[in-house]
Amino acid sequence: MGEKVLMKGNEAIGEAAVSAGCRHFFGYPITPQSELPAYLAKKMPLVGGVFLQAESEISAINMVYGAACAGVRVMTSSSSPGVSLKQEGISYLAGAELPVLVCNVQRAGPGLGTIQPSQADYFQAVKGGGHGDYRLITLSPSSVQEIIDLIRLGFDLADKYKTPAMFLADGMLGQLMEPVDLGEYKSEIKEKPWALSGCEGRAKNTVTSIWINPEEMERHNIHLQEKYAEIKKNEQRWENFHFDDEAEFLVVAHGSMARIAKSAVIKAREEGIKASLIRPITLWPFPENAFSSLKSLKKILVVEMNMGQMVEDVRLVVNGRIPVEFFGRAGGMFPTVEQTLGKIRGLIK
Amino acid sequence: MQKVFEKPVSIDEKPFSYCAGCTHGIIHRLVAESIDELGIREKVIGVAPVGCSVFAYEFFNFDMCSAAHGRAPAVATGIKRARPENIVFTYQGDGDLAAIGTAEIVHAAARAEKITTIFVNNAIYGMTGGQMAPTTLVGQKTDTTPYGRKVENQGYPIKVAEMLSTLEGANYIERVTVISPAHVNKAKAAIKKAFQYQIEGKGFNLIEVLSTCPSCWGMSPIKAIEWLKANMIPHYPLGVYKDGAKTE
Amino acid sequence: MHEELIIAGFGGQGVLLIGQMIAYAGLAENKHVLWMPAYGPETRGGFANCTVMVSDKELYSPVTTSPSSVIVMNLPSLDKFERSVEEGGLIVVNKSLVNREVFRGDIDKVVVPATEIATELGNVKAANMVALGAYIERRKTVKFETLINLLPKIFKGKEKLIPLNEKALIQGAEFVKNL
Repeated sequence: MGEKVLMKGNEAIGEAAVSAGCRHFFGYPITPQSELPAYLAKKMPLVGGVFLQAESEISAINMVYGAACAGVRVMTSSSSPGVSLKQEGISYLAGAELPVLVCNVQRAGPGLGTIQPSQADYFQAVKGGGHGDYRLITLSPSSVQEIIDLIRLGFDLADKYKTPAMFLADGMLGQLMEPVDLGEYKSEIKEKPWALSGCEGRAKNTVTSIWINPEEMERHNIHLQEKYAEIKKNEQRWENFHFDDEAEFLVVAHGSMARIAKSAVIKAREEGIKASLIRPITLWPFPENAFSSLKSLKKILVVEMNMGQMVEDVRLVVNGRIPVEFFGRAGGMFPTVEQTLGKIRGLIK
Repeated sequence: MQKVFEKPVSIDEKPFSYCAGCTHGIIHRLVAESIDELGIREKVIGVAPVGCSVFAYEFFNFDMCSAAHGRAPAVATGIKRARPENIVFTYQGDGDLAAIGTAEIVHAAARAEKITTIFVNNAIYGMTGGQMAPTTLVGQKTDTTPYGRKVENQGYPIKVAEMLSTLEGANYIERVTVISPAHVNKAKAAIKKAFQYQIEGKGFNLIEVLSTCPSCWGMSPIKAIEWLKANMIPHYPLGVYKDGAKTE
Repeated sequence: MHEELIIAGFGGQGVLLIGQMIAYAGLAENKHVLWMPAYGPETRGGFANCTVMVSDKELYSPVTTSPSSVIVMNLPSLDKFERSVEEGGLIVVNKSLVNREVFRGDIDKVVVPATEIATELGNVKAANMVALGAYIERRKTVKFETLINLLPKIFKGKEKLIPLNEKALIQGAEFVKNL
């Protein structure tokens, strides 16, 4: 255990990225993630890294594509409207199988929306925001410590599977300041023999996402799906909170929302309700294994800072075994502890 | 027997798939010869665009990637910033560079990125079958300007070399063409110089090459060359627009 | 011990800073802590507020709708947060900028002329420290010495401000002791 320091979520993203060996950041300003590029603008020159403010989100994600082609650990960050602009690039990254980390510190939409926190980009992240049949490893942190851990994990998983990863936080976590233990972390960055480095002493390398011949394009799609199946098998992550054999009620929530929901679960338990919670950490792959046994559960409540997105995945995996209800608020508003508790009470009756 | 002509090492085995009379093949060769002569083939990383030269990475024999439409200068920026010791270039057409990718090329030039761009201007979208390009001349007929480009409707063609040469970050900007052996020699010298500058750590460097598209212009290759000479050169004068970036 | 505190005032009154100081002090005492500023529309028009939590137990929800304590540095903040304080909780009011009584009868009240005391000490900007001193004296969320020990870290590079701020903290605490 190292010494704990207080750190703001947005800054923790930057600090964790640097500790994970990321030395290249390309981004475009947008609220509420501005502390992150500001932090990296200061930090990168001190560690021999590159910070570059691009002329657009589109340009930023394509600079990321270039740096990933060159084989370095690279990251970009933005907030919802900016991440919409990056979708073209993300599809190309998935197609070209380039490992990068994209951070989305979500705000409320649709459109220009508002800068208050939201989880309304769940669909965009896990169902594919860009064109084509692809998936993004999607990680949802719930504390500043977990921001550190999941940023590091995000780079490692992206490299391991040669695929872009999405770090899906929200404005609340970005602003939140909590103690973190940076620990003794050494990222093992493996050689990338496929990278573009100049063909000295070897045959030329090519990175592309075009397979104009449909047979080849289908083969590439099948290859991607096999890779996604492998990720689904190996990388599901979630947290159980009071989810034991006696639990009668289950709340499912992720990210900031899970923090609020946990407080509600604790209060419900103080009232004698056998409440529990599952917090998906990987949103894709969705932690289906967490729901393999519903034990003594009678009902499930999915709580989100949106109008109902993750609830669809919960319903898919529960597959009608027990009722799955939803409670959410949108537009930068979020369910409070009291409101969530009220829903739990109402449903347990 | 003395060998007087051979394929540059920087050109791969795959036969070009360009239309008959298209000048992409000549321009590819000039890029490859320049890279061979400068001895940088093993240091070069190329970025292919979207357009007729989308498969450029199959024709060149060195490390390359393909970029999304118009984004090659951003991709090249990412590569160059990650590997400043490598020689990075983009190869782009007029739709890619001067329409969908205008922001990327302008800002790469403004940042004085230490990269080289080969810009092939044939005043039309070839890959998609002959639509109006940002460089299509006023009055020129295309699939999407069947009555000719009209100023009232489509405005004016963009003069890329002139526009970019106004930027302080631009180091070397020259417009050339490849319609005769003399022009080819001049184009070769310009392309080589645009790489030489990057070797010296200088950028941004762009060579605009006026090129023919017999297929989409609906002309024979020879007619196309005459049309280029009569119509494009008067509108897009050849020459050096910038040589030496502003230094502080 | 579980404290959920909201600190509110005008931008420039240093409410975010004293919130962070409590969080740092809590961390130094090995407690669970978090700090979160309001951002966006809530902070427009020159208002600032933050939430601080200090607890012996793990912290979950970072937002509270019924804080156990509130420090208000001006009238709009009193108007906004008075109702929310948990029954039996504490409100600390900067009397210098609040020209009304606290209505609630079911909460503990500390009414301190923080701005006046700071002005007498020679710098109106230290009003936040006066309020912080008063709050800690009454609520004991963290030890007073822990806060004092933090000053060199908080004012790194502006060391000449430390004596003034230390005095302001002490005066705030003394004011409460003498109530």
